[in-house]
Amino acid sequence: MSEYIIKNGHVFDPVQGIKGDKKDIAVKDGKIVEKVSSSAKVIDAKDKTVMAGALEVHAHVAGPKVNAGRWYRPEDKHFDSHKKPGITRIEGGKSIPTVFKTGYEYARMGFTFAMEAAMPPLYARHVHEEIHDTPIIDEAALPVLGNNWFIMEYLKNNEVENTAAYISWLMRQTKGYGVKVVNPGGTEAWAWGLNCLTIHDPVPYFDITPAEIMTGLMTANEYLGLPHSMHVHQNDLGNPGNYKTTIETLQLAEGVKPKNTFGREQVMHSTHLQFHSYKGTNWGDFESAAKEVMDYVNKQKNITIDTGNVTLDETTTMTADGPFEHHLHGLNHLKWFNVDVELETAAGVVPYIYDPNISVCAKQWCIGLEIALMAKDPMRCFITTDHPNAGPFTRYPRVYSWLMSKKVRDERLNTFKNADKVIGATYLANIDREITLYELAQMTRAGPAKCLGLMKDYGGLKAGMNADIAIYDINPDKFPSDGPAIEKAFGNAAYLFKDGRICVEGGKVVDMGQKKTFWVDAKVPENKQVMHDVREKFLRYYSVNENNYPVPESYAPHQHIITVDATKA
Amino acid sequence: MPKDVTDVICPFCGTLCDDVVVTVSDDNKTILSVKNACAIGAEKFNHQRLPGRVKRPRMRQPDGTYKEVSYDEAIDWTAKMLVKSRKTLMYGWASTSCQAMSIGHEIAEKVGGIVDNCATVCHGSSLIAIEDVGVPSCTLGEVKNRADRVIFWGCNPAHAHPRHMSRYSIFPRGFFTVKGHKGRKIYCVDCRYTDTAKCADTFIQVQQGFDYELLDAFRTAARGEALPDTVGGVPKEKIYEVVEELKGGRFGIIFFGMGLTHTMGRNHNIDEAICLTRDMNDFTKFVIMAMRGHWNVTGSGQVLGWQYGFPYAVDLSRRDQARHQTGETTSVDLLNRNEVEACFYIATDPGAHFPINAMISSSKKPTVTIDPHINCTTEISDVHIPVAMVGVEVGGCAYRMDNVPIETRKVVEPPEGMLTDEEVLTKINNRVDELLAKGGA
Repeated sequence: MSEYIIKNGHVFDPVQGIKGDKKDIAVKDGKIVEKVSSSAKVIDAKDKTVMAGALEVHAHVAGPKVNAGRWYRPEDKHFDSHKKPGITRIEGGKSIPTVFKTGYEYARMGFTFAMEAAMPPLYARHVHEEIHDTPIIDEAALPVLGNNWFIMEYLKNNEVENTAAYISWLMRQTKGYGVKVVNPGGTEAWAWGLNCLTIHDPVPYFDITPAEIMTGLMTANEYLGLPHSMHVHQNDLGNPGNYKTTIETLQLAEGVKPKNTFGREQVMHSTHLQFHSYKGTNWGDFESAAKEVMDYVNKQKNITIDTGNVTLDETTTMTADGPFEHHLHGLNHLKWFNVDVELETAAGVVPYIYDPNISVCAKQWCIGLEIALMAKDPMRCFITTDHPNAGPFTRYPRVYSWLMSKKVRDERLNTFKNADKVIGATYLANIDREITLYELAQMTRAGPAKCLGLMKDYGGLKAGMNADIAIYDINPDKFPSDGPAIEKAFGNAAYLFKDGRICVEGGKVVDMGQKKTFWVDAKVPENKQVMHDVREKFLRYYSVNENNYPVPESYAPHQHIITVDATKA
Repeated sequence: MPKDVTDVICPFCGTLCDDVVVTVSDDNKTILSVKNACAIGAEKFNHQRLPGRVKRPRMRQPDGTYKEVSYDEAIDWTAKMLVKSRKTLMYGWASTSCQAMSIGHEIAEKVGGIVDNCATVCHGSSLIAIEDVGVPSCTLGEVKNRADRVIFWGCNPAHAHPRHMSRYSIFPRGFFTVKGHKGRKIYCVDCRYTDTAKCADTFIQVQQGFDYELLDAFRTAARGEALPDTVGGVPKEKIYEVVEELKGGRFGIIFFGMGLTHTMGRNHNIDEAICLTRDMNDFTKFVIMAMRGHWNVTGSGQVLGWQYGFPYAVDLSRRDQARHQTGETTSVDLLNRNEVEACFYIATDPGAHFPINAMISSSKKPTVTIDPHINCTTEISDVHIPVAMVGVEVGGCAYRMDNVPIETRKVVEPPEGMLTDEEVLTKINNRVDELLAKGGA
């Protein structure tokens, strides 16, 4: 494999604490190395910013609901569907891009890893088919477990070992990466048209509360010692006044200790916090609760969060929170897609227009930015758009421009149609903080890598780590002052190295790299009861046979298996 | 010693039963018996050993007869046809694996093909309706475990999806439906008294062509508004009564088929059925599902969806952009307007299903058909490339009518030397690359 040396760039690497110093980065055999031979190809990064490849901690990029969004919204292709220069396949779609476009766009922005945030286990094969077809970036997927019948039955009796054994079995069947929880209990209730809006609402029939499900799953997650923590989309998403439930949920992590060999320090990752930080009693007196929520997050060290920034676009919301999508459809009356998945979960899809002229949307925009700007520890707060729910991931460069320049975001804030009302209901106007390039590297590289249990190989530029490197046309000494210039630089990486291969050059895709699918194989002691329960559920309640449930190896030809051993736990 | 292959997936209809047991001969070459499958499904497996199966490609001769040729020759002819034609209809895909479709799409992108599947003459109108109003649905296991109100509207699973009723919709006992059939109320809405209607508690005979009106009346009744004395031949008392029963259920589902998609109103019928489902969610839980026909037509829609963003009729002839417009990029319309220069059919039989004028137009163009069997389409083709039967002689991914993906199984060896869809398409793809590198055919 070829050798490279990246010279004279301004390096930002939280792993080594490098804050923009000029440093050469050497690449050999897909890894970052101390030095290379004199025959190494020289990449001149003078006046450029060099960072590790970015990691997406939470996005809906592959699977049944994403695809439902694609094909039930032909209009989404009208916004942006032209082939860009480079060796690419046809690209299509804006808020729900096709798999080819998804891979290319992430790469163009300097990303090398993306976590598919919600994989319904019964549809795991579909998720992996799409991941297989997504070029360049490495990916993994989180199976959704918060409304799973096995889990609820075991946790009702406090059977942590059985829960863990089932999780281990399920991750092997689905090639899953971790424990995802979406509206715990609420989605099962939705199968009867109901919901759980607080963490103490009992789940119909199963007679367990969302709080018990989350506490149990956190415990099981640490019992197994998985690379990632429990990853939760909380109850009561998107409703005014939900911040109390949010804080109550976060409090469940108090006293729970992380136990793993991956350097992960959190026991709960609370995703798209913007949607959960609302005060008020209705859409009229709706206001930001970012301060209340972030005050708690800042002092509680064993949780991580991501933002869920609203980008003010027309987009397509999609979530395993089935009752929420029905509720949203009742608000905007746009087309409603729903699928309930036997014994496991549900999902809904509804298009949504975040109109800057509507004060609620503008306030949501403020809240997302406030969360990032109020975060005291950038290693625990990651930037997402909960793609495509708050906006497409392709808008990251614009979100960065709002976060990194008070001027750019104030221009937007002050020109909202209802600017006074929006400013009055939010904190943003009084925040002066500008995220630095180093903090950005924490929030998009080192932080998510650590949170996902991938810090050994991802998120930094230390010798021995993967040679996933993004080089941007940004001179930190002359940081661009206008939004479009920032956006252009972050949206078109000067170079992207993936495993030591140049995949993007001058914003153009030049190589497909060799993407890998990550999944976690957790070994547990043999558990006859769980295997008996699995057999019985498949015989009696599933609509597929147990032997037709697993995802075969051929779906992940370049799999990277992370093994954990909980047999001695 | 003959042996049993278990958990076999039946490659016939969208029900995709996965509990079939096939007994095969010791040498893995012959299917001896098939258990659990319906009559049609069993026949599909039994086809494998029928004498007279074509085992090598055939090419039409000037005198109209077929001559056996090598795979290489047939593949070369096909690749040249694809490269030469400026616009090729690449139709079918519903009876092959998703992996094969992926390769086919790669070819289509290079040669400027139009990829379409049999939704175009089947549930295409449902897909248009879903593009208009969305769709609240569920997996079939949800129906088995929860549904206590089941409506079959314009579909006849007793004939078209024979095991649907016993596996999912009428008879099974599920978690919350321990009484099975007795705990469910079954409705059948049709213009004829079908065999499915015989299983129903209530049969509602709608006057032919009045489904839209009747669906609309159901919505009206659900809102408690006034109705005329009869709608579509159904007395208003009956409509009010049924709607009240539906509201009284805990979990209702509408299954619909060609009786809605291809009668007067077409996609508008489905629009209305989906809106009725949506309205019913104000009172109880309600979902709706299309009874997809071919076993993997859903898969074709899925793969096209994630690769190009449209479920069928995807025009790649511009090579840098995918387009989809019903009436413009749909197969029958393209053929009727004589807009394509060549036809490439795979894993479906348009000759048996397309309108006669479309097939007359097709028969005048260079045509290649890839299919395990002789069918109406192979008989108007210049080249017929036989392949292994997917789901019998080779595995591959398929999507059930509720979009659940299931990996089909290989149960027996294909005839000696016979290639699979994936192998043939890969070879065509490589040959197309060679030709394009040389600057064309």
